[in-house]
Amino acid sequence: MRRLLRYVGEYRKYAIIAMVLVAMEVVFDVAIPMVMSNIIDIGINGAAGPDPGYCIKMGAVMLGMSTVAMFCGILSSKVASQAGAGYVRNLRNVMFNKIQDFSFKNIDHFTVPSLITRLTMDMRQMRMAFMTVTRMLVRSPMQLIFSFVMVAKINLKLASVFAVALPILSVGLYLIFKTAHPRFQEMMTRTDDLNAATEENLIGIRVVKTFVRGEFEKQKFSRANNAVRDNMRKAEKIVNLNEPFFSTVMYCCMIAVSWFGGKSIIRGELSVGEFMSYISYIRMVLFSLLMISSSLMQIVFADTSVGRLNAILDEKIDITDTDADPELVLEDASIRFENVDFKYSAEAEENALTDINIDIKPGQVVGILGPTGAGKTSLISLIPRLYDVTDGKVIVGGHDVRDYKMDNLRKDVAVVLQKNLLFTGTIEENILWGDPNATHEEVVEAAKCAQADDFIMSFPDGYETKIEQSGVNVSGGQQQRLCIARALIKKPKIVIMDDSTSAVDTDTDRRIRMALKEKLAGMTTIIIAQRVASVMEADQILMMENGRIVAHGTHEELLKTSEAYRDLYESQTQGVQA
Amino acid sequence: MAEERERKYRQRRQGRPSDIKRTISELWSYLKSYPGHMITMVVTVCVSALTNVASSYFFKPIINDYVVPFIGKDNVDLSKFAAMLGFMASIYAAGVVSTYLTRRVMSHMTTGVLASLRETIFDHLQDMPISYYDGKTHGEIMTYITSDVDTMRMLISQTMPMVINTLISIVGIIVVMLRLDWRLSIINIGILILVVFVSVSLTKLSRKYFSQMQFLVSQLHGFIEETFTGQKVVKAYQHEDAVTEEFTGIVDDLYNIDIRTGFLGGLMMPINMNLSYIAYVVTAVVGALLCINGTQDVGTIASFLLYARQISGPVSRMSQQFNYVMMSLAGAERVFTLIDSPSEPDEGDVVMVNAEIAEDGTIKEADHRTGIWAWKDPQNGNALTRVMGDVRFDNVTFSYVEGKVVLDGVSFYAKPGQKIAFVGSTGAGKTTITNLINRFYDIQGGSITYDGFDIKRIKKDSLRSSIGMVLQDTNLFSGTVMENIRYGRLDATDEECIAAAKLANADSFITRLPQGYQTVLEANGSNLSQGQRQLLNISRAAVASPPVLVLDEATSSIDTRTEHLIEAGMDEIMKGRTVFTIAHRLSTVRGSNAIMVIEHGKIIERGSHDELVALKGRYYQLYTGTLELE
Repeated sequence: MRRLLRYVGEYRKYAIIAMVLVAMEVVFDVAIPMVMSNIIDIGINGAAGPDPGYCIKMGAVMLGMSTVAMFCGILSSKVASQAGAGYVRNLRNVMFNKIQDFSFKNIDHFTVPSLITRLTMDMRQMRMAFMTVTRMLVRSPMQLIFSFVMVAKINLKLASVFAVALPILSVGLYLIFKTAHPRFQEMMTRTDDLNAATEENLIGIRVVKTFVRGEFEKQKFSRANNAVRDNMRKAEKIVNLNEPFFSTVMYCCMIAVSWFGGKSIIRGELSVGEFMSYISYIRMVLFSLLMISSSLMQIVFADTSVGRLNAILDEKIDITDTDADPELVLEDASIRFENVDFKYSAEAEENALTDINIDIKPGQVVGILGPTGAGKTSLISLIPRLYDVTDGKVIVGGHDVRDYKMDNLRKDVAVVLQKNLLFTGTIEENILWGDPNATHEEVVEAAKCAQADDFIMSFPDGYETKIEQSGVNVSGGQQQRLCIARALIKKPKIVIMDDSTSAVDTDTDRRIRMALKEKLAGMTTIIIAQRVASVMEADQILMMENGRIVAHGTHEELLKTSEAYRDLYESQTQGVQA
Repeated sequence: MAEERERKYRQRRQGRPSDIKRTISELWSYLKSYPGHMITMVVTVCVSALTNVASSYFFKPIINDYVVPFIGKDNVDLSKFAAMLGFMASIYAAGVVSTYLTRRVMSHMTTGVLASLRETIFDHLQDMPISYYDGKTHGEIMTYITSDVDTMRMLISQTMPMVINTLISIVGIIVVMLRLDWRLSIINIGILILVVFVSVSLTKLSRKYFSQMQFLVSQLHGFIEETFTGQKVVKAYQHEDAVTEEFTGIVDDLYNIDIRTGFLGGLMMPINMNLSYIAYVVTAVVGALLCINGTQDVGTIASFLLYARQISGPVSRMSQQFNYVMMSLAGAERVFTLIDSPSEPDEGDVVMVNAEIAEDGTIKEADHRTGIWAWKDPQNGNALTRVMGDVRFDNVTFSYVEGKVVLDGVSFYAKPGQKIAFVGSTGAGKTTITNLINRFYDIQGGSITYDGFDIKRIKKDSLRSSIGMVLQDTNLFSGTVMENIRYGRLDATDEECIAAAKLANADSFITRLPQGYQTVLEANGSNLSQGQRQLLNISRAAVASPPVLVLDEATSSIDTRTEHLIEAGMDEIMKGRTVFTIAHRLSTVRGSNAIMVIEHGKIIERGSHDELVALKGRYYQLYTGTLELE
């Protein structure tokens, strides 16, 4: 929690002012019962006889104090809400920015759904806890201290009741807190499990239905759900003791104070007015302790969330370009891999890529073929430096990719990712993503090149058609073509298509490749494909398997030299020659 | 972009309930199943409220009867005083016990109600038609089970006892006050009315900002969800600054609203506290004056002073909760609307049963798995007919959304054991056909029959059990590889699962996994490659071994060489079954008995591979891009 608090930043002064105001408010609040005791002891039971004037005077003083306290309270609420809202704003921005700086590896580490939960659910938890805690954790300790001072001032002997009660209360609350904590953690783990299982079910609902596993899934859910319920009950059982325990101590104090206080009054050591203010203070002292304990409970609730947020801030960003030369730009569209080895994480046993050597000249078209898991996507990810090599060098445009500012490198290298996504907005806005400054003509040109113009124009709203979240209203093949258009509008020197036409029919696929060749000559193109047809006219074709390049050459060369390639080619075309 | 999202989230996340009465009565139906808990709660809450009221009253007799008369006297008999305190202690004890019981009972009941709500939601989701899931993200549906149910926790466990407590306390205090002194009571009641007025108007004022805040928060969450889902794209396109700018925009709006809601929320406490101090002060002064003129005693004032502080507390606590109560009610309303929405229709009565064929050819129902199934038709005296896998589409018309025809007069038939393939460009309607066979959606025109029965006459569970589907999206579940394969048939033995995996050529990669078949798959099998997941998918269908098989791009991520390897296994799996195949790859569909070429929801060509190639039409075009280029 403390670590997250440093993001208070420029709102620190508001926070301090708010605390001062709260302190003032509490001082006045606490002083009121004291003044009241004077009314009774001097105004009514005074040695000089009853004094109505004094009563009214003291009444006015108390009203004044309470008004001041109220204004302090209102002001502190204003300032505190500024500090609180500002803090939350800072924290949100810091988190979001940090994630924007994440490399692909960092994102893989957390996974996307977990990042989403952290920034929404955990942030909400954290915010709620922060609000309560700041409201209570400043006010309550002050109230505790000031009222305790008052109690001690009125009668030190009677205050010994608190000397007994406070430690008992603190130890008791601490024990409750201590026992509850692991139980709550357990419960939250169970809840996470339940949510994960539910999400899995929802994602696979079609499978559930096709295999008629509704009942099976219901039973599975019921078990996990009951586990959450039982754990919740177990955890709450402890917390339920909180208030009764607190009340017991408070009532014991009241009885003890009544007994000893009563005797003191009889002996003339205490006045009736003092006794009455004493009773008021008992409530204040013990209430503030209860507030402190329930705020601490809130912190326990938020503890997991805080930990999960801290993990984001602690994550070391593994790809940075701070030492790069900001002036350096790609000289040409060449790509060279020199003895590249790559693994996704240091702990991984096997290399994703081993001993990769490639030399691609500017303007060449390169095809990559190979079974799933052969390392095709890993290989192309190194070109725009989405990941860093483990060993060896990737040289793009004449320089090691690590020498460029990331912006300069990625500006010229466009990747159409395998799992590409569109965003909420119009088609035009989505294409403009590649280059926000492009004109409408350029958008249309890119779309034509990606063979998307035809279907876009078939929509009633054309380029103004709204894409819903994750593009559910356009078909898979249409999405892929929009993603290609988005890449092309960047006018990159190098374009990489990672199985980007898998949902596009053969015919359209061919037309896209033709268009690229005609209109964007000079651009280096890398195509990962399943179909030999998609890459057979490439300048070079790489066959990959198990993270290595196993064959390399043009279509004709490979037909002669590579059995694997020949097999693949024949299995895809066989029978059509008839 | 912003308006689009706004529209969406406004629809989705209304911060305010629209029909409170209905929601509460729905909620009541859940609470009703805990009658003992409810009664206990009402009793204990009343007891603890009343003890709380009584606790302040005691100071009047203590001061007036046991202390003041003895001031300055020696050898006072304190036994009565002690007895009085003993009585007080027993009342307090009753209060403590009832507070504990309230907590205990409410906690038990709330966790129970929430759990059964979650279960009802989940169960209902299992019964919802597939069309419900279209166009909704699972995150969106998840919120019903997570945050919506969760906001109801406070509503049930705290709000109800609090309302009762507040009412009893206030009535109790007013009654006691009036008995003590009507003059001081009027002052205090007057201030109580003021407290109520201030609380109500502050709540009203803050409600506007509160729902604005709710709205912005959901907008923010929507933005985060979308951006992070596409985070890799954001990075690859260096769009970080643009999304950050948009994010900061929403955060700034939220900040401005946050300040206002925070301020208004924070006002209640100092103002009401001050009002309660005013009550305290005025009581003290007026009380003192009454004492001086002899019409009141100090003990009464002592009790009154405590009541003056006590009376406004419940009101401001309750009004502070008001916004959250509204929020929970809105969540509850969403939940109940979901629960009340209609489930998938299932009016069929023909069921599939295990069957045995006697030597004379008659079919008998069997009580165990025989690998042979029969349809049992209750409208025909429970006559049994063997499940063959004869599927016919007759002039089928279908659209997902009214007016947008997806299938237009599609007719075809698959005789038992035939392999039928569908090819065509994306969006042509191939997957739709398979979705209709197992009745994920209902058709608008024409008919679909299965072994002569209209599929609407067949009970859904039976229909779907008879059709094995291997879908393009590979969904695996957390658990071991073995458990995932067994998902196809829950009573399959380990040996049968392994045999199925061998058929699908999955055995070789599974045995290489660290724990073989006992390897635990992470969420949706993310520790496997897409191709491996598809192999598991096929194993799952193989172990189910149903009469009809649908392969929807089942091997799309399996490289051609592996596909070659599993060919023999696939042939074995498909043997004797009716098979519908959808594939992009020619090699996958080539061996089919008939290939249907679908474009724009119509079958435009049909025939065997050789016939279609000879036809040199669309099929030829689709699969010969390669040759034309040469």
